[in-house]
Amino acid sequence: MDTTRRIILKAGMAASTLAVAASANLLSPSTVLASWPETAFKAKQMDAAMNAITGKGRPIDSSDITVTAPDIAENGAVVSVKVATTLPDVESISIYVPVNTFPLSASYILSDKMETSISGRIKMAKTTDVVAIVKSNGKLYTAKKAVKVTLGGCGG
Amino acid sequence: MDRKMKVRAWDNGKNTSIKAIIFHPMETGLRKDKKTGKNIPGHYITEVKCEHNGQTILTCLWGPGVSKNPFISFDFNGAKKGDNVNISWTDNLGEKGGAVSKIS
Repeated sequence: MDTTRRIILKAGMAASTLAVAASANLLSPSTVLASWPETAFKAKQMDAAMNAITGKGRPIDSSDITVTAPDIAENGAVVSVKVATTLPDVESISIYVPVNTFPLSASYILSDKMETSISGRIKMAKTTDVVAIVKSNGKLYTAKKAVKVTLGGCGG
Repeated sequence: MDRKMKVRAWDNGKNTSIKAIIFHPMETGLRKDKKTGKNIPGHYITEVKCEHNGQTILTCLWGPGVSKNPFISFDFNGAKKGDNVNISWTDNLGEKGGAVSKIS
């Protein structure tokens, strides 16, 4: 009698442990392994991507952010973009191309040792603004730069 | 598969400059193979970590919207000549790579 009770208790415990493990898996393996924000990168709407990465709240237009990109990009597959800001306590810089299938291109998490300027190369589907969103002191700021993408590659 | 990567780190007089390029296809998963008409599966770097003295100075979260053979350039403070800068990356298929560069 007593042994049966033990077995049942054990079985119950094992089952609950499994349940915990299963619910942890629901968080998707990527959240467990790394901090890569899958929902933000897979979002097909600009707003959804923004909400997922920087939280809700509309960013304020700021003249303290400079987005440097060519006026005309001959090849949308490689567009050099530099985002620099003089805002204090910058936590992150995110770069969006609103017309891309996945608007979020890249998001950079900066430590306090970083100079607040980052250059990289992104893809652009067509002519649009490149939008930078900077999180500074817990608040969101934004700036943009229009880039004309010429598909012919003849320099428009 | 081992992917090539180049990192340059140097003292620019004021602080340290880093330039890095990773040779990676950065396939979006949206393109179709012209011959077979099938989707080419996505293959892109998701995370790049830049470390100095064991401290993370910059974490890059990337999606498929970053160009092929991604390039990055930035400056940071608090390092001196001869220090090592370690840059490592992971992609969506679990491939990993990295390189160490001495600040010159």
